[in-house]
Amino acid sequence: MNARPAVGDRPEQATRDATRAAGTTTAAPPSGQAHSAASAGQGAGQDELLAHFDALIEQGETIEPRDWMPDGYRRMLIRQIAQHAHSEIIGMQPEGAWLTRAPSLHRKSVLIAKVQDEAGHGLYLYSAAETLGVDRADLLDALHLGRQRASATFNHPALTWADTGAIAWLTDGAAVINQAPLCRTSYGPYARAMRRVCQEEAFHVRQGYDLMRALCKGTPEQKAMAQDAVDRWWLPAVALMFGPPDTEAGGSDARTAALGAAVSRRAMAWGIKRHTNDELRQRFVDQCVPQAERLGLTLPDPAIRWNEERGHYDFSPIDWDTYRTALGEDTHWARRRIDHRKAAHDEGAWVREAAAAYAAREEASGAPAGPAADVHRQTQEERV
Amino acid sequence: MNRNDEGAPASWEVFLRARRGLAHQHVGSVRAAGPDTALAAARDLYTRRGDPLSLWVVRSDAVHAASPDERDPYFSGARHKPYRYPEHFPPLNDKGPEGDHDQ
Repeated sequence: MNARPAVGDRPEQATRDATRAAGTTTAAPPSGQAHSAASAGQGAGQDELLAHFDALIEQGETIEPRDWMPDGYRRMLIRQIAQHAHSEIIGMQPEGAWLTRAPSLHRKSVLIAKVQDEAGHGLYLYSAAETLGVDRADLLDALHLGRQRASATFNHPALTWADTGAIAWLTDGAAVINQAPLCRTSYGPYARAMRRVCQEEAFHVRQGYDLMRALCKGTPEQKAMAQDAVDRWWLPAVALMFGPPDTEAGGSDARTAALGAAVSRRAMAWGIKRHTNDELRQRFVDQCVPQAERLGLTLPDPAIRWNEERGHYDFSPIDWDTYRTALGEDTHWARRRIDHRKAAHDEGAWVREAAAAYAAREEASGAPAGPAADVHRQTQEERV
Repeated sequence: MNRNDEGAPASWEVFLRARRGLAHQHVGSVRAAGPDTALAAARDLYTRRGDPLSLWVVRSDAVHAASPDERDPYFSGARHKPYRYPEHFPPLNDKGPEGDHDQ
């Protein structure tokens, strides 16, 4: 019933893009551009498939759903895209809690739009994950059962209105730095989803910064509220949004760094990631320090100072083991996030059942189903 | 949780004409029980910004794709027929391959 046409979850003969071959140069006839791997016959062996896959990665081409890909590549992508999607929808909760308490209609409209975007980002990503041969219902089950996780960044409460600003400025700011390189990730559907996400994410960061600036220009109490929110959201953003340290320069112990580095190396060799976690973390700190200065806020890390020699800001190393213990799946807020998600899912069951019953009845009665009957009439008026 | 009890919603491919002058482009997929709800979901998901003109949804299992095994006979046209490209022939004038009429 849910068969998808473009899912390539079995080894298939490597493909070749005739259009690309024809478009590469104007001088040589296109036949000269044919990849040798493409002449592999039906019985192409694993080695040949792998060689073709590696060549595509090497050339910076994208891998598409119907292409053959190594199992490890598929597994890594499913894991990363699912974790990413889960983080988007779980990430709606801390800010969503403030929707009814926004201080003005303008701020409320903005926050609604932002939280709705996060839901949308989750859905773009579940859609991308499904092209790898998984079902989004299974991914959600895995989240609910604790077999897959969302970013632990969101396992913190949003205690004040300023938290909505700090979350958007800091965690969304971190997300943009993580995600911009993912627009060029090697798996086509993931890269395309990320381009949509990134276009929308810039608004999130700016509105968060604007919210913080309004508080910083306000009463001393408001400014103190902004500082308090930054004190609580800085480390979750800098530590947890970028994943474990994966270089020794990142300041972690050798074992953690080696573990992180092994995963990062593999992901980078496959073109899934483009930078180490620590490189992106540094980029984030470098951007945030001057932004915080303009707001007149202090980032809660006394080690932050400009390092002329490196051309970067120094900051305290991430104590990953501490974070892993403090923020494991068994913390109070981690449980609350998942419980809330499960409750929303369960309470929505009657809506899904009603929609299924309605669709079944429409199909049985043979009536052309509403506006879909004439695709050419789908115009903007219908968008309301 | 038994998904069958909920009636696992079907997958729909979404095509969007983002603005005038463009063909509909595949943008992703949504899950929905029927075409109306699929369109509503696609609208909410893929048209939150910009000035989109038209949206199509097509059930994913109604899309027929060339089987990978048949790819070679299907897609080999360009490889063996260099004469389909202008570069196969001499340019029309001295300016070389970028000559006026070749553009």
